[in-house]
Amino acid sequence: MAKVTDIGPPDFRTMIPPVIAKNYGKWKYHERLRPGLLKHVAESGDALYTVRAASPRLLDIGTVRDLCDLADKYCDGHLRFTSRHNIEFLLVDPDKIEPLVRDVKALGFPVGGTGRCLTNIVHTQGWLHCHTTATDGSGVVKAIMDELFDYFENEKLPAYTRIALACCGNMCGAIHCSDVAIVGTHTRPPTRIDDAHFAAWCEIPTTLASCPTGAISRHPAAKSVRIEAEKCMYCGNCFTVCPALPIADPEHDGVAIFVGGKVSNAKTRPRFSRLAIPWLPNNPPRWPEVVEAVKNIIDVYSRKARRGERMGDWIDRIGWPSFFRVTGIPFTDKHIDDFLGGLSTYRTTTQFKISQKGDHHGQSDHSRDRTENP
Amino acid sequence: MSSKTPKLDELEKGPWPSFVKEMKRAAARNASAKDLLGQMELSYEEKMGHWKHGGVVGVKGYGAGVIGRYSDVPEKFPNVAAFHTIRVNQPSGWFYTTKALRKICDIWEKYGSGLSNFHGATGDIILLGTTTENIQPCFDELVDEAGFDLGGSASVLRTPSACIGPARCEYACIDTLDLCNDITHTYQNYLHRPHWAYKFKVKIAGCPNDCVASIARSDLAIIGTWKDVLRIDPEEVRHYAGQGLDIERDVVRECPTEALAWDDSAKRLMIKPDDCVRCMHCINEMPKALRPGLETGATILIGGKAPLVKGARLCWVIVPFMALESPYSNLKNLMEKIWDWWDEHARSRERIGELIERLSLPAFLKGVGLEACPEMIMEPRANAFIF
Repeated sequence: MAKVTDIGPPDFRTMIPPVIAKNYGKWKYHERLRPGLLKHVAESGDALYTVRAASPRLLDIGTVRDLCDLADKYCDGHLRFTSRHNIEFLLVDPDKIEPLVRDVKALGFPVGGTGRCLTNIVHTQGWLHCHTTATDGSGVVKAIMDELFDYFENEKLPAYTRIALACCGNMCGAIHCSDVAIVGTHTRPPTRIDDAHFAAWCEIPTTLASCPTGAISRHPAAKSVRIEAEKCMYCGNCFTVCPALPIADPEHDGVAIFVGGKVSNAKTRPRFSRLAIPWLPNNPPRWPEVVEAVKNIIDVYSRKARRGERMGDWIDRIGWPSFFRVTGIPFTDKHIDDFLGGLSTYRTTTQFKISQKGDHHGQSDHSRDRTENP
Repeated sequence: MSSKTPKLDELEKGPWPSFVKEMKRAAARNASAKDLLGQMELSYEEKMGHWKHGGVVGVKGYGAGVIGRYSDVPEKFPNVAAFHTIRVNQPSGWFYTTKALRKICDIWEKYGSGLSNFHGATGDIILLGTTTENIQPCFDELVDEAGFDLGGSASVLRTPSACIGPARCEYACIDTLDLCNDITHTYQNYLHRPHWAYKFKVKIAGCPNDCVASIARSDLAIIGTWKDVLRIDPEEVRHYAGQGLDIERDVVRECPTEALAWDDSAKRLMIKPDDCVRCMHCINEMPKALRPGLETGATILIGGKAPLVKGARLCWVIVPFMALESPYSNLKNLMEKIWDWWDEHARSRERIGELIERLSLPAFLKGVGLEACPEMIMEPRANAFIF
């Protein structure tokens, strides 16, 4: 047994480089010199350069040691990670920037992800290490970022753009306020109820209470439960408390895509992401349907939004009917919220742009872009 | 010889860093990492996961920090029959010396798969994959030799995390790193031993930009702010204008409360302090010219969570402004009152936000001794059911 317990994490003051210890709390301003390179200047006049590189989140210790070698060579043995799985090398000597960037790229880690670049995707474990997952994490992320790679290395987006992925509705990553949120979804109730193990593995009251729609009832004869399919919304919460109710279904599990959320208070309020695409199939190893859908949303946003406009701000300005029109994403009854609080999302004004679907004379939808000669 | 992992091999291609390369690198050295690769390929073929549901494992004296994980195809992949996760509490701000990181690598090479996440969603270092027997010796060495401890899991105070704060950011209105370190150390008992109905997450952001997503990702969000006037350096404002920034279009007209005015002939930026809601937009646009004020503190918000069970929630304001100086007794006092009230009333697996929704915000305020104020709501009630 350990000699002592509850020692807590090491004090960060033993981990920060001297230039940070010296200028702690006395930074004056920063500049984004180029994608992946920041310069922070302190009241003392000291400058600190940060080189940001992407990681795949899953790292072998061999790679961690490689990163340590670079930090020893260029950064006096210090480095840090960001909340989005990026690696940051902190430099005092600007002459070391170029050789470091070369070495980091040679390891296979791209440099970028600052400012109006697309930054790394935060994501959950998926098939790699989770039991409730409806899709994979790392694979979907890898496939998307390969496709959107240019956006990581170059500042091409109108504003900060955060993509996040959670493998199921448990949403360990709490990704529900991202510009693009990709969520693993089940679309069938748990039908393979393991009656033989139910009594040993599960408590009936806990299982009944876990269901937000009251779809689970007792089945005394089988010493188990039954699920009313019409009431089930496939959230998987029952499986979380009861292993005898497996919900994974290879053909019907997939991902949903939500858009327009943010957490920053800058300019507009923090807000939830909203449903754009209810379901796309799991198609490993490269999830082409998901990659195509995300790329389309990012490309259209990037072309249409104004400078500084987050995805949600842009959609606010053009309106949801226009969002569905310009992205070509079909609107369905799945987009209408029928859960708790759904009523608050129904439109209670006559101010809106009329979509093709909304025009009951069926006339073709014409462009409503502003012109000088309407 | 044909590859045994044709599907995963596809994900070694392309410019983005490949997790499959990482898995293969570990697999070349470690039998469990090799079986993990095999089981992952099976998941890619069958389009479903192959992990069983949970399992109780841990270290002596703790009830948290280790997540049990067992393969549901152990006959095919015996080396991941048990493949548990160890959560290691990161230093505030995710700063490391290479000495500390190498020590963790050495211990993990000895006791685990060699695979890790830097970092998990809550902020911990995730050591991914070890056997039941290796958990205790791995923990012992992490504590005794590396000076690291476990993070939270299950119904505990989850590992608090913080943005980079004053270590490198001029926007930091509070000492996020010291506060995070202090809270983590003060409440080790709550972090390692499940006391409560469910999890409780704390995140600390230095300014309203909220780079750690505290407002969405924590039960208690502490977000730095100020109550005097933001600082303007007129010389640097003129400099930005001279460099081509359209201050009228991109700064003044984008202010959500019309608190700014721009005199183009004099190249002067003016602010109406009473109208500013400290959103950070103008500061983000001109970091050299504008800075937060000097009377700094934090806004305290409560109730954020992910969708299960009754939908996702964003945190809402319970203290508009709180001065925060070490040892943070005012904040700790409030946190302890919140935990007591929650502990008293919560049902099993009921987060604090859901409990407040069930029993009402006024009941919560009374329970923890806070007075109602208009900053707590977007607008007053529209119904007449006042009781």
